[in-house]
Amino acid sequence: MSSLPLAATRRRGRSVRHTLDVRVSPYAYVAPFFLLFCAFGLFPLAYTAWVSLHDWTLLSDEHTFVGLKNFGTLLADGYFWNATFNTLSIGVLSTVPQLLLAIWLAHLLNRRLRMQTLFRISLLLPNVTSVVAVVVIFSQLFGRDFGMINWVLSWFGAGSVDWAAGTASSHVALSTMIMWRWTGYNALIFLAAMQAVPRELYEAATIDGASGFTQLRRITIPMIRPTIIFVVIVSSIGAMQIIAEPLLFGASSGAGGGAVSGGPDRQYQTLALFVYEQGFTKFDFGYASAASWLMFLAVVVVAGVNYLLTRRVKGGLL
Amino acid sequence: MTPRFRQLAVPLLTASLLALASACGGGAANNTAGPAAAPGEKVKLTVGLFGDFGFKPLYEEYKKTHPNIEIVESVTQFNDHHNNLVKRLATNAGAGDVEAVEVGYISTFTAQPGKFVDLKQYGLDKRQSDYLDWKWQQGLSKDGQQVLGLGTDVGGLAMCYRKDLFKKAGLPTDRTEVGGLWPTWEQYIETGKKFAAAGVSGTKFVDAPGEIFRAMVNQAPVGLYDAQDQIIVATNPDVKKAWDLSNQLTQNGLTAKLAAFSPPWNTGFAKGSFATIICPAWMTGFIQEQAKDASGKWDIAPVPGGSGNSGGSHLMIPKQSKHPKEAAELIDFLTSKDNQARVFKEEGTFPSIPALYDDPSIQNFTKPFFGDAPIGKIYSAAAKSLKPQHLGPKEADVRTVIGDGLGRVEQGKQTPDQAWAQVLEDVKKIK
Repeated sequence: MSSLPLAATRRRGRSVRHTLDVRVSPYAYVAPFFLLFCAFGLFPLAYTAWVSLHDWTLLSDEHTFVGLKNFGTLLADGYFWNATFNTLSIGVLSTVPQLLLAIWLAHLLNRRLRMQTLFRISLLLPNVTSVVAVVVIFSQLFGRDFGMINWVLSWFGAGSVDWAAGTASSHVALSTMIMWRWTGYNALIFLAAMQAVPRELYEAATIDGASGFTQLRRITIPMIRPTIIFVVIVSSIGAMQIIAEPLLFGASSGAGGGAVSGGPDRQYQTLALFVYEQGFTKFDFGYASAASWLMFLAVVVVAGVNYLLTRRVKGGLL
Repeated sequence: MTPRFRQLAVPLLTASLLALASACGGGAANNTAGPAAAPGEKVKLTVGLFGDFGFKPLYEEYKKTHPNIEIVESVTQFNDHHNNLVKRLATNAGAGDVEAVEVGYISTFTAQPGKFVDLKQYGLDKRQSDYLDWKWQQGLSKDGQQVLGLGTDVGGLAMCYRKDLFKKAGLPTDRTEVGGLWPTWEQYIETGKKFAAAGVSGTKFVDAPGEIFRAMVNQAPVGLYDAQDQIIVATNPDVKKAWDLSNQLTQNGLTAKLAAFSPPWNTGFAKGSFATIICPAWMTGFIQEQAKDASGKWDIAPVPGGSGNSGGSHLMIPKQSKHPKEAAELIDFLTSKDNQARVFKEEGTFPSIPALYDDPSIQNFTKPFFGDAPIGKIYSAAAKSLKPQHLGPKEADVRTVIGDGLGRVEQGKQTPDQAWAQVLEDVKKIK
């Protein structure tokens, strides 16, 4: 080494460093994310799979390997399927109207308005409200004896509805809370996408005599399709993971039953709440882990199906 | 509602903090205090409760004689409190220095004597002679060798009722006469039917069947568990009888369908949605707090079906406490004879120290809120005639399962038979 001319060494050193810089530093820049992802995403995922193969409770230090027994028990557990049904039902009831409403709201705001910013910010307000506050207030609105919604219904001669007691009615109540929080947020995302649609298209359509609704159907929706796919997938993943609303609804609605069971008939226990019940009130981590894995698979399937469905939408959604 | 989030956040946070602390070479986290603090050193004690125990004035008094002690009270909702304690014991982090445990959970925790401080170490076995024998026994480890918890209160049963609503329904209002209406639970239901027939608008006879069921089971010699800690819900005729009677309340439309301790139930007190409620001594404090405007309208009568105990708590010290000596002294103080008497007068929770039952200050104690009812006399009589019942480790879980069953009948989802079949299935799953 020392026999080489100094300049050459320096040059070579520089070029090695340069290659290293080009080849390696991009990885170094993204490394923090992947390290965190491994620590808080990948590792828990793998560890949960490991735990799910054991008879594992918090109260005992012995964890016997039981293979797929937890999964077998789970697939035969009526309460698991009940929770799956509730999750899908609440998911559809909240996501479908929510996205339609969000597109409509975004369409309304996608024009010159006075106090534009004010309107846009107010869309986001429900989303920054604490979920606890939202559920507590809505539980009172949906109250059986002294709730405002039943009071309004009584003007039209409808009898008082025991919202938390019924399966369908409790799903409607919970979906309303979810829609209240997320419609504005999704509308803002749609609005951002709509603003990237070239104005000329609308001008041409207006000259051709197309109505606002036709413009929405024929121009806006096809043009923002990637955004719609994104929002549909994110919303369905969110809907599959609903837990705070039913948990708090159980505590504040007076329907009875343990808060984690989602009503005495488990009428609004979602999958995530089921996992929570098994893991953190019964301390059966093995079983809860198995349920988490099946829930993960269910999320993947639902998101995949929704992706395929929305991708097929070429022309109008409506 | 925040406790629900704390329930997740606190163990996670403590776990990660602990991981950090040990990664940083350990030691640092532990050298703040040994088992006993040096004299005059500031000591902070955390007291974990699941409701207002009426301890706040006692802390103030304690601080006067113990200027170096700082007491922080942390109150969580009933189920969360006990679930959190299980988690914190298992992860060895996050528990308070003094933790209250309700009687429904006491066997869960006395079955893990290694997780708690033996109060004998601090000489608290001297308190044995103060206590009702069965209350003392409940606080011992399974083998009876260790003293793990000292009792606070007992929940002798009575029945609270609304005089004004009884009057409207044409029923007697005097507490002795009212007691005479219902020596048995069957007669209680008959009275309920009369009340319903009178058609007092906006009011049902009772809040919900859940707590009534609990009271009836507690009156039986054997309850949900046998002496060998086996769940006997399916075979104990007294449990089935309590189930049937509770459902009769529902089927005759006598319940307001208000699950106990929920916000609508609280509103129900203020609105007078129900005319009777089962009243263990601690419930009187609840009523007084919830129905502030109803002063003088409530009164207290003997309970149908004889005496029984519903509720009551113990104070325990988790082994992870850094100040067990100071915590033990605090427990001794909070459960002392004088202080139990004082808490009763303010909060209504009834002492577990029998010497007080004949004490004139208790015997002659009346409360204007309950129409000057002699609550000292009523609950002394109830506590004296108590026959203790063996409680199993998953007592509270079994009760929740049965409560859900009663709820399904109440909400018209199932017939009592269908609900009972599901209850038995669910009970089998309790490990």
